[in-house]
Amino acid sequence: MTYLLAHPARVAALAATHVELVVIALVVAALFAFPLGVLAARRPRVSPWLLGTLGAIYTVPSLALLAVVVQWVGLGFLPIFIALVVYAQFMLARGVAAGIGGVDAAQVDAARGLGMSSSQVLWGVEVRQALPVMLGGVRIATVASIAIATLGGYVGGVGLGVLIFNGLTLHQPAMIVAGSIAASLLAIAADGALRLVERAATI
Amino acid sequence: MAELGGHVLQHLGLAASALALALVVAVPLGILAANRAALRGGVLGLASVGRTLPSLAILMLLLPLLGVGVAPAVVALALLAIPPIVINVDVGIRGVAPAALEAATAMGMTGAQRFFRVIVPLAIPVSLSGVRTATTETIASATLATFIGAGGLGDEIVRGLQTDNSPLLFGAAAVVAALALGADLLLAASGRLAAREA
Repeated sequence: MTYLLAHPARVAALAATHVELVVIALVVAALFAFPLGVLAARRPRVSPWLLGTLGAIYTVPSLALLAVVVQWVGLGFLPIFIALVVYAQFMLARGVAAGIGGVDAAQVDAARGLGMSSSQVLWGVEVRQALPVMLGGVRIATVASIAIATLGGYVGGVGLGVLIFNGLTLHQPAMIVAGSIAASLLAIAADGALRLVERAATI
Repeated sequence: MAELGGHVLQHLGLAASALALALVVAVPLGILAANRAALRGGVLGLASVGRTLPSLAILMLLLPLLGVGVAPAVVALALLAIPPIVINVDVGIRGVAPAALEAATAMGMTGAQRFFRVIVPLAIPVSLSGVRTATTETIASATLATFIGAGGLGDEIVRGLQTDNSPLLFGAAAVVAALALGADLLLAASGRLAAREA
């Protein structure tokens, strides 16, 4: 706590890069995960293979995947960014697939019967109905990404992990604790905020 | 390569000790939450916060309290494994059909008999899915134990990175991924078996 109180600006700046990293990674991840989730919802035979593969990738320990990515792209922002995009696929695509798959078929039929095009049905009916479930996936992906992003401090000096790993190198427990507490608070705050968004979308 | 074998054993030892410790704490907590409505909110609330904390943060927060080495790593990994088990034991027990409980009481079963012969078998499939989550997460997070000097396969990955030794790094990464996936598939299979028996 002492470090946190003595260097609030430094902690806040690293927290900001942490958030930035997670948000950019999740936005890019969603560009892949949304079509993959829709595909899984539309093709029941493809779904177990697709989600199974993404799930298997998700099981790979983050340090292991990150180390492999570092061998490929070097140190810096890129390896942790790529790792986050890869990990988020499972959580986001699963949420999209569950959400779209759970939409009442009668509503989809009714929308088609009204002459809506398939993209109008997707965006106007299915995504709208599936929003709370999809947001659940976003929340889980966000919390997990905030956790994994702490390793960014190990492979390239981004985010709150910088405090943790610099603290380890310099034998400064106060820095380690400051980084850990800040990352934990960030995760708890993101979880709480996204739960509120989820609830607002449900009503 | 001999060293890799040693690290695999060390890694599994860390994960297994942490899971054993977690089960001892989490199963009674889950049962308590399911049976005492007054405590449920508190227990599940704590579990939900625990589920949110980054695993690296939990490892590192214990550092000033417990120091470095195997013991603090096991405690930290156990803390990570407890929430999913508590949550699923609670859901599993509360999901037991009231009709099954009434039938058991009508048959003249005592409270203990009802618990062990009816509730436990019916709650096991859901509870096991929590153990499954906890196991894969513990095996994965045990990789981070290297940062507090507790050994395991994280040692090999970190050494591979530091010495730019790709074969070592890829080998260790593949082994730890295989361990996590293997444990996941094994527990998924036993979960299906338990569901069929129940």
